[in-house]
Amino acid sequence: MASEQPILKLEDVHTYYGNIHALKGVSCAIPSGDIACLIGANGAGKSTTLLTIFGVQRAAEGKILYKGREIHHLRPEQVAALGVSQTPEGRQIFPRMTTLENLEMGAFLRGDKVAVAEDMEWVFSLFPVLQERTRQLGGTLSGGEQQMLAIGRALMSRPELLLLDEPSLGLAPKLVEKIFETILEISKSGVTIFLVEQNAHMALSISNTGYVMETGRIVLTDKASDLLQNEKVKKAYLGE
Amino acid sequence: MDTASFIIQQLINALFLGSIFALIALGYTMVYGIIELINFAHGELFTAGAFIGIIVLAALQKTGFVESHFVITLILVFGMAMAYVAVLGVAIEHVAYKPLRRASRLAAILSALGMSIFLSNGMMLSQGVSDRAYPSILGIEGFSILDARITYGQVFIIVLSLLLMVALQMFVNWTKLGKAMRATAQNQTMARMLGIDIDKTIRVTFMIGPALGAAAGVMVGLYYGSVRFDMGFIYMIKAFAAAILGGIGSIPGAVLGGMIIGGVEVLWSAFLPSEWKDVTTFVVLILVLYLRPSGILGEHVSETRV
Repeated sequence: MASEQPILKLEDVHTYYGNIHALKGVSCAIPSGDIACLIGANGAGKSTTLLTIFGVQRAAEGKILYKGREIHHLRPEQVAALGVSQTPEGRQIFPRMTTLENLEMGAFLRGDKVAVAEDMEWVFSLFPVLQERTRQLGGTLSGGEQQMLAIGRALMSRPELLLLDEPSLGLAPKLVEKIFETILEISKSGVTIFLVEQNAHMALSISNTGYVMETGRIVLTDKASDLLQNEKVKKAYLGE
Repeated sequence: MDTASFIIQQLINALFLGSIFALIALGYTMVYGIIELINFAHGELFTAGAFIGIIVLAALQKTGFVESHFVITLILVFGMAMAYVAVLGVAIEHVAYKPLRRASRLAAILSALGMSIFLSNGMMLSQGVSDRAYPSILGIEGFSILDARITYGQVFIIVLSLLLMVALQMFVNWTKLGKAMRATAQNQTMARMLGIDIDKTIRVTFMIGPALGAAAGVMVGLYYGSVRFDMGFIYMIKAFAAAILGGIGSIPGAVLGGMIIGGVEVLWSAFLPSEWKDVTTFVVLILVLYLRPSGILGEHVSETRV
């Protein structure tokens, strides 16, 4: 694994919101096929990290490499075209488009209709409830359904790298479990997953690698299973 | 004239005027929907469409083409007016709005007002300040239902308007680009993260909206028989009211708003002094906004759900 090029690599990335220094030199490397998670408190910069990878926020300094290629100067639509997709904070469902149309938008860049239809079937097999809601407007779905739709939409581009921002936020515990099971299933299909979570226990238990973020910096990197045993992590993020 | 004939006559008048307002209102609502800007230059684009129509028509009349190929003439007149104004719309977006996309709302609004004044004066200089007579190719022939007199010209304009509105509805709901436009209007950042080129969807919006306005301009010219550089103003005000009334940003709302404004104006003119008819638009607008501030089909969804 050490010799293999990571699918995503951040080198000393700094991001600003106006005068606020949100990311203060973030570095990490995610191997292809991995599930990695970024945990940390509210406001630590987790979502900003994902938005910066996608070019929604500009990296003021540092490098972001996707399969060895620099992407930190690219616009979001260009990053999407490289095979990266994201379920952003707040799900960002198109409220006045149907479930079906939301999924279709996920496949916007693809022309292969047959393969798109296959992937649609796959998404419906992962989340059967979406199939019952195809004609319903996105804005009228429940929170859980919207979360499933957001993940489904992100999968419709057949991504190689999937960025998930807080997939468990606001969901009932049973549904959270279901979502994380599905994430494992998606990972088995060959998609690399970079997960941002406040539900640290859940996130670490499905990940291989874990990163702990505090005020714009990654302060701890380790195997996820070791982080689960780490006394500091236990105290700060696992509530033990 | 008996009551039934009177009702039919007024209904046709209302449908005619309503269609015109609806076509113009669509331009406002589509642009607002996608970049949250009131395109104050829209009224001038409507007028520009009318002028392109008159120029094409005059040229064709000289050669006797109009008599020999009437249908092709209509296609050419509408087609060229719409195409020219579509290009003008994109140019305006590029010059006056795109550079200000990240600036404050006020800056963009001022830019729109400036563009409106610029275009209006441009037309005044190039086309003169007086009324220009429109070749009356639609004629006055028609038919009667009871005692109501309906001209073929009216029927043509109503049918063409409805066709354009149906075509627009099909475009935004059934085509990939149309759906991408709606996605851009509902959530720009997310649209970009899915690979949608929002510069392109915004450009397309600035082609379609103004083109529909241009078609309305040609219709007004053909029907009323004259155009003037400043005729866009009153139509702009009423169509704007129609777009707000229907719920700004909503395409069906713009059509509904246009029909209501047209209908109320016709109703007023039928019974009450018609010099006061322009007031009715605003009375209706104030009443609706008082009772339903987001317009009839206006959406709260995007504000309440984050």
